Amino acid sequence: MSEFGILSFGAYVPITRLQRSAIHATNGWFAGGLRGLAKGEKAVANWDEDSVTMALEAARDALDSIDRATVQRVAIASTTLPFADRQNAGIVKEALNLPDAVGAIDVAGSQRAATSALLAALGGNETTLVTAAEITTPKPASEREMTSGDAAAAVIVGTGTPIAKLVASHSVTMDFVDHFREAGEAHDYDWEARWVRDEGFARIMNPAIAALLQKAGVEGAAIDHFLVPVAVKGVPEMLAKKAGIGEGAVADTLGASLGHAGAAHALVMLVAALEKAKAGERILLASFGQGCDLILFEVTGAIGSVKPRLGLSGWLARRIESTNYAKYLFHRGLLQLDRGARAEHDSKTALTALWRNRKAVLGLVGGRCSKTGTVQFPKSEVSVNANDHAVGTQEDYPLAEVPAKVMTWTADALTYSPDPPSYYGNIDFVGGGRMMTEFTDFAGDALDVGADLRMMFRIKAFDENRGFRRYFWKAAPAF
Amino acid sequence: MAKGIRDKVAILGMGCAKFGERWDKDEDQLMLEAYEEAMADAGIEASQIDAAWLGAAFDAQNIGPSGIPLAVALRLPDIGVTKVENYCASGTESFRGAVYAVASGACDIALAMGAEKLKDTGYGGLPVRTRGTTHDMVGITGSAPGNFAQLASAYRGVHGVGKDDLKRAMAHVSVKSHANGAKNPKAHLQKAVTMDQVLNAPMIAEPLGLFDCCGVSDGAACAIVTTPEIARALGKTDIVTVKALQLATSNGWEMQAQGWNGSYFHTTRVAATKAYDEAGITDPRSQLSLIEVHDCFSVTELVTMEDLHISKEGQGWRDVLDGFYDSDGSIPCQIDGGLKCFGHPIGASGLRMIYENYLQILGRAGERQRQDNPVFALSHNLGGMPNQNVSSIAIIGRADA
Repeated sequence: MSEFGILSFGAYVPITRLQRSAIHATNGWFAGGLRGLAKGEKAVANWDEDSVTMALEAARDALDSIDRATVQRVAIASTTLPFADRQNAGIVKEALNLPDAVGAIDVAGSQRAATSALLAALGGNETTLVTAAEITTPKPASEREMTSGDAAAAVIVGTGTPIAKLVASHSVTMDFVDHFREAGEAHDYDWEARWVRDEGFARIMNPAIAALLQKAGVEGAAIDHFLVPVAVKGVPEMLAKKAGIGEGAVADTLGASLGHAGAAHALVMLVAALEKAKAGERILLASFGQGCDLILFEVTGAIGSVKPRLGLSGWLARRIESTNYAKYLFHRGLLQLDRGARAEHDSKTALTALWRNRKAVLGLVGGRCSKTGTVQFPKSEVSVNANDHAVGTQEDYPLAEVPAKVMTWTADALTYSPDPPSYYGNIDFVGGGRMMTEFTDFAGDALDVGADLRMMFRIKAFDENRGFRRYFWKAAPAF
Repeated sequence: MAKGIRDKVAILGMGCAKFGERWDKDEDQLMLEAYEEAMADAGIEASQIDAAWLGAAFDAQNIGPSGIPLAVALRLPDIGVTKVENYCASGTESFRGAVYAVASGACDIALAMGAEKLKDTGYGGLPVRTRGTTHDMVGITGSAPGNFAQLASAYRGVHGVGKDDLKRAMAHVSVKSHANGAKNPKAHLQKAVTMDQVLNAPMIAEPLGLFDCCGVSDGAACAIVTTPEIARALGKTDIVTVKALQLATSNGWEMQAQGWNGSYFHTTRVAATKAYDEAGITDPRSQLSLIEVHDCFSVTELVTMEDLHISKEGQGWRDVLDGFYDSDGSIPCQIDGGLKCFGHPIGASGLRMIYENYLQILGRAGERQRQDNPVFALSHNLGGMPNQNVSSIAIIGRADA
């Protein structure tokens, strides 16, 4: 029997883990007080990633065992969406090569964005892909720089065999400004932490949690997973104690291995909990931001029947340690390096051509000849040789999920790349199709002829003259 | 069945500007430099030229588009001037236009000019440029060394050649060309280098180091062509004719299908086979006197020895190390220094190669003159990248050969 609830979940964590000790090694002279935070690591997005590309990867993780054609709406929640006016969820939709007849919504403006998007989906009756992603841009030498990290998560809400069902939810909205970032600004401005803890987290969330538990008719002690996406030490425990929630139920906020992923963190913690939850357990997700959203789930017997491709634990295990703080600063635009004249190349995108070729560019859809079966990228009116010159025989052939292998490669130190040398080469898709593409996320000397690849959606280039980023697919080590 | 170009067209005169960093010259001045030498060699007046072709690849640098810059630079007498662009093979393309015009009978005398002014960019290497609106959304804006370096990884994989062996063979290619360039007063780079220098040079694009890459130069080269009959009527006795002129252009097979293995130039193999057929050459390894190939990178030259069907597939690196292509070897390759040291002003390079072959056949190559009376000389001019390119081959030789 079909029921409504969470059908699937996934996560994404960028591969680079910047060591906090490396940050402190540079900034300690100035911000000595942060020494206590200079341990563990934070996930940092590559130069070619943003909230859209990260959300897309989380969506692919969640959709691994779900028929994409069932998705009716795509939501993306973030306070760091790349476009203020171009639907970001629409880019995710195109990259997933979903049918055009789907809805889309961008949710932004608060640390509550992800739970608000999730509540909207839970309150409807459509199958909704809810994604959340954040690429954090803290000021160098700030506490936020130490506590934050980049990540994304996705859940699919809809009718089917849910692994978790909504029991109750409760929201309050109050313009409590613990921190803010005006539109167009890069960094957050924070008010005193003690005030935020006492007047914000405690005074706003404690009564709200009590109200939710009362609404659900559930005792605090019956909560098995208490998810509080707050980086401030001790706050989840303080809220749990007040609500009668057992200390053992308080979930790890992933500070040591990932960092706080802003508005995405609520969803990141939810998928982390779903990965280990057992049937019958109750999950309380409590997100804070100008009020709070509280969502209580009950895990069903279907838990374990649907698995993400990697899940948060898998993504956390896929990691490359970095102590290169300068590279991180440069990739965030916080350090101006001399990029040389080759970086002046104009990357203007013809929007007309992008529209005509959107399936190829955003969805990595190639072609397959209906007469000979030859697969190629991109599609063309006349199929690639050796073929019979038939015109118009190419049918759409999505390549984004097709594994590939390295055919040739180089490490190009001459061409401009924000992360030199630029790795690129020819790749062959299993089952046909070849293209020359950039490689990303390769460590050291792992790149060689024959290496297994998986395609990932990334930023290809920034058009700095016009403020536009161009997306395309790159080849990463298989996972 | 087409009969081909063999012996229908003769070279009446050729000229070549000094290649290099010509900071003090604009492209029109370089064109004039090549033109004056060619005209003196041809012994004709400007009024006798019926049509002209200009080959230039990066026309956004310096001269701008169309045939007008050539017509203005030489103040040509209101004749048709066509600008052609076929990547780095633009020089041979201009030659092809002039040769075909004469062969068709439409023109008695035609001029081909190849020119490039690359040193107006403000940085080293080739200018970064778009390759088209749609390409830029899905293709790679890499560098030339990055594209050609990929030959090496594929060649090693296909033929089981060790990394060090291939690197040494590539280094030999460059050491040889530097030694040759040192004897060429018009060459951009006229200094010999050692194996150690080449092997220890900074890496540009793995595994190509600095000395595996050719010079980026300013320059121009010019050819004036006519029929053998007109050449004789103008008093020429030592006639050099065009024996073959072939061009093969990728149709996307290498880049998009899965049949190509990345270790060779498909187009060069096609063009070479046709060119030998057109020239009546049955055994290039014994019949060719010398060759000028598109050695934009050492590895390009190395695999081209096989694509021209001179070295056996997978054995080119051994021939290179054996000195087969050295200036005193069986078939000297780049006896003038090649792109590597003569330099590579893109649009001029194809004509520069023909210029050297022409001088060698006529015994006018000075200190670097080959002493065995060259008969057939081949030039190979490539444009694009290993996985998508245009490859042109011109064979010239003694009219009586």
